[in-house]
Amino acid sequence: MSQIPTLTPLSVVGQGLVRADGHAKVTGAALYVDDVRPEGCLHGATVRSTVAHARVTRIALHPEDAAAGVVLVTADDIPGENVVALMTDDQPALASTYVKHVAEAVALVAAPNREQALHAAARAIVEYETLPALFDAETARGNAIRIFGEDNLYAHITITHGDPASLFAAPPPGTRVIEGVYRCGHQEQLYIEPQGMIATPGMVDGRPSLTLFGSMQCPFYIHKALKRVLGHTDFNVVQAVTGGGFGGKEEYPSLVAIHAALLSLKTGRPVKLIYRRDEDLRATTKRHPMRGRYRSLVDEKTGRLLACDAELLFDGGAYNTLSPVVNSRGVIHAIGPYRCDNVRSEALMVATHTPPNGAFRGFGAPQAMWAAERHMDRIARTLGLDPIAVRRENLYRDGDVTPTGQTLKDVGVGIVLEAALERAEKPLPASQSQTRPGGGGAAARVAQGRGLALAWHGCGFTGNGEAALKGKAAVALEGRDVVVYVASTDIGQGVETIFPQIVAETLGIAVERVRNAPHDTALVPDSGPTVASRTTMVVGGVAEKAARQLRAALAAEVGFEGDFDAMLAARKSVASLRVQAEYTDDGSLVWDPKTYQGDAYPAFGWCCVIVDLEVDLDTGEVTHRRLVQATDVGRAINPVLCSGQLEGGALQALGYATSEELVLDAQHGMRNNRLTNYIVPTTLDAPEMETILVEIPFAGGPFGAKGIGEIPHDVPHAAVAQALEQATGAVLERLPMTPERIVAALAAGPTETQA
Amino acid sequence: MTLIVSESPVLDPRTLAEALQLRAAHPEAMPLAGGTDVMVYLEAGVIDPPRWLNLWRLNALRGLSRSGDTLRIGALATHTDIGRNADAQTLAPALVEACRTVGAAQIQNRGTLGGNIVNASPAGDTLPVLLALDAVFELHSAARGERRVPAAAFWQAYRKMDLASDELLVAVHLPAPGAGDHTHYRKVGTRLAQAISKVVLGARVRLDAGVVTEARVAYGSVAATPVRCPKTEAALVGRRAGDLAAAADLVAQDIRPIDDVRSTAEYRRDVAARVLRGWLGTLTA
Ligand SMILES: Cc1cc2nc3c(=O)[nH]c(=O)nc-3n(C[C@H](O)[C@H](O)[C@H](O)COP(=O)(O)OP(=O)(O)OC[C@H]3O[C@@H](n4cnc5c(N)ncnc54)[C@H](O)[C@@H]3O)c2cc1C
Repeated sequence: MSQIPTLTPLSVVGQGLVRADGHAKVTGAALYVDDVRPEGCLHGATVRSTVAHARVTRIALHPEDAAAGVVLVTADDIPGENVVALMTDDQPALASTYVKHVAEAVALVAAPNREQALHAAARAIVEYETLPALFDAETARGNAIRIFGEDNLYAHITITHGDPASLFAAPPPGTRVIEGVYRCGHQEQLYIEPQGMIATPGMVDGRPSLTLFGSMQCPFYIHKALKRVLGHTDFNVVQAVTGGGFGGKEEYPSLVAIHAALLSLKTGRPVKLIYRRDEDLRATTKRHPMRGRYRSLVDEKTGRLLACDAELLFDGGAYNTLSPVVNSRGVIHAIGPYRCDNVRSEALMVATHTPPNGAFRGFGAPQAMWAAERHMDRIARTLGLDPIAVRRENLYRDGDVTPTGQTLKDVGVGIVLEAALERAEKPLPASQSQTRPGGGGAAARVAQGRGLALAWHGCGFTGNGEAALKGKAAVALEGRDVVVYVASTDIGQGVETIFPQIVAETLGIAVERVRNAPHDTALVPDSGPTVASRTTMVVGGVAEKAARQLRAALAAEVGFEGDFDAMLAARKSVASLRVQAEYTDDGSLVWDPKTYQGDAYPAFGWCCVIVDLEVDLDTGEVTHRRLVQATDVGRAINPVLCSGQLEGGALQALGYATSEELVLDAQHGMRNNRLTNYIVPTTLDAPEMETILVEIPFAGGPFGAKGIGEIPHDVPHAAVAQALEQATGAVLERLPMTPERIVAALAAGPTETQA
Repeated sequence: MTLIVSESPVLDPRTLAEALQLRAAHPEAMPLAGGTDVMVYLEAGVIDPPRWLNLWRLNALRGLSRSGDTLRIGALATHTDIGRNADAQTLAPALVEACRTVGAAQIQNRGTLGGNIVNASPAGDTLPVLLALDAVFELHSAARGERRVPAAAFWQAYRKMDLASDELLVAVHLPAPGAGDHTHYRKVGTRLAQAISKVVLGARVRLDAGVVTEARVAYGSVAATPVRCPKTEAALVGRRAGDLAAAADLVAQDIRPIDDVRSTAEYRRDVAARVLRGWLGTLTA
């Protein structure tokens, strides 16, 4: 696509309205789970494994704690199944016989106050017979020591497109084979609010019930998991105001909720379970480390991709969690937004005896495109071409076919590239060129560089995922106001603001009259999880449909179709009027999950990132000066929140690029499990940002919106690597590019690669 | 909300004399200044003092004053106080710069110079500067009155210092900068705020007709205490401006960096020498 269509202005959609939850948050009125304390509440704490792989031979309280009435919960107390139900049932709620990773939950304790509970958990007696552990994905793959299945693979996907084998076997004249290996380490989501949940027993209709209230992304994941553990459904799950998630509160809170429920069940009291930051960092999921091996056959003169062979090896950790989804998204995005007619891309997700890796903004795409973009740079370097020219030569155009066989339309990658380049030329404002405090001042030897990277990101679930899930949303007329019932949660991204905007626009009423209902499984239908850049695009679309059905229902009731308030005035009944809609597709998407052929996603987002940075040649310290991103967002429902997502995501990727690193101990537990030592960027580290919203509407999304939650995290790290290369000649192919690695790369000299 | 709470009683003196009496009577009580270090230890469970001695109300320990060219800085002066003080800006710009890199604004508003000194972390950002500027610490006790200890003799081993259990740090004295003095501060942290130093340098070189007559090179985060570099300093004395950089080669012999969660020994060793070399290269007669 070369021209952006003109959009019709709307009255509520497209407005940068103040976020609905903003006032409560900035005034401190918002109640997070740890701000709530039900009457008679006990505090829970988790007894965690200190070794990576062992048989558990004994679990007991310290005698003083037992005497003091501290309550111990082990797997024996589980009424239903000892499982955290998700994709496969491999993860136990409590590791009763074997532990498979350090910091695994072995038992639980409850006590009247938090200090006592933490103390009892810390000194609980757990005896182990230790077993040999596999920490490294390459060693673990197919190892005789079994972690998962026959071969320690959670997932293995190969996509074949065209005939790469023949081309590699007999490269035509004028072509070159270019190979590289690219690596990424773990990354922590680092939501500001740690994991936390309260389980409160009660009575509903004369039957005992339980309410789980806490920090989460996906109330129905918890519902499904808890049902298996309790063996019944006499409970509900309610989202508390949640202080960030980034995927870290997608699947993990199921475990926290199960634990809080088990403690409450045993004690008959409300139980509050809040993780300490150090515990949260050691125990919870991270972004999957990856090693990508790439081999391409390219035209020597232009860098045109003729064939590609990519192998992504991911480390899944000790339990499956959502790793197959990461593997899937990784393999689909492996070549980046570039056309190649002969592709073999393979992704393997390996089990290791390390804390499980799980959902994190981008789901494998940031790793895969790190490799794809670094490989593009390698091609340019090897052939002596300009890295942007090589990208221009290869980028997708309308009608191109992806490795899964999907024919692309409305391709925005060329537009975002030119839009970002146009703005990148602006000189830095004076304030940005100042020296850093405590920096070398005049003594510093610095080099400046600029780097560019491109991304594509499939919005929503892969293939027919949405059609199978049938996400639901309800809209109800309650008095003169309208209430939206969705399980999609606000985790800072703006659900409480955007859904009312979509519904108000559809109904033609003021946005102040529309609000979201609490995200409580007793009230809302299952909209599917709050993940995969699907909430606005998919669930927002279902909410829009429900709103249209509400208008129709109202029209039917009053006998005419007209202005919403006119119909309301004509209404005789005062009863609430609720309609529910669900996702259906038009059947045009065809996907074969066995061969990985077909339409992988209903829509793709496109993004170009340009980073200007300065690197200190003596210390390897990087100062990110300016970040320009142009992103195809379909249509920005709320441009302020939309830009906020893009800017936050890009900053998170800059942390991934240069500072965020897990330092591991001998059992592969996180050693730097403190905010002091796990280095995410602060506001001072954030560059000046320029964020360009490109709006190429997607017919399948509400008012044309596409999902944008993940794409900003996909490639800024690759742009940083290119900028470092431009500044210094040093080639870095492993994330994070810490000052230590940069200094080593500088010492190794230009084009010396860091395997 | 989870709070960091101590149930221990607090002694709350209003005058220095009263504070010294209480300090002598309750050696188990932990002095509390801004509390920015203490709160971290409390939260981590590494301390649980039976009593607190709150210094925050001792106004005599606040403020900066200049007499002649000597600067006296009260132990309770916060990093913000120092950063904003005109005399400090003139007489001790390297210290001002160090204070501006401690934590971030909130920590600078609450954390004190005295706390940074007595906390005695090898990574304390002001400490190498105090060594480079030949700071002298004024210590008081009820029994023995006042005593002065040069910074160079204060930190003896990992978090061990020349401070008796009945003493308080009352002030820091910085002598007048000499003619021809050049000073430098360089923090190599992990990020631009809330960064614990990987390497931190405080240095002072006195040039007389282009020749070094006195040199101080001190580092943090490269040994168990903040350290001076005697070999490097000796090599600098007598050298000419324009030809100083080579002295930085000796830094490796003066420091003992280790690998830890923040960085590696190798990086620290190389970078310590480089940031010094870079600065020495800018000094011309
Ligand atoms: C988020 C964060 C970031 C930080 N960043 C940095 C940084 O970048 N650089 C850095 O150097 N430090 C940093 N710190 C550490 C701390 O802020 C500084 O060391 C600060 O100067 C300590 O001062 P305080 O008044 O808060 O000390 P306190 O915590 O009150 O006391 C520290 C120690 O000194 C003792 N003490 C205090 N005053 C006296 C006195 N007058 N006489 C005798 N004993 C005394 C106390 O008993 C205690 O042992 C950081 C801390 C935090 C929490």
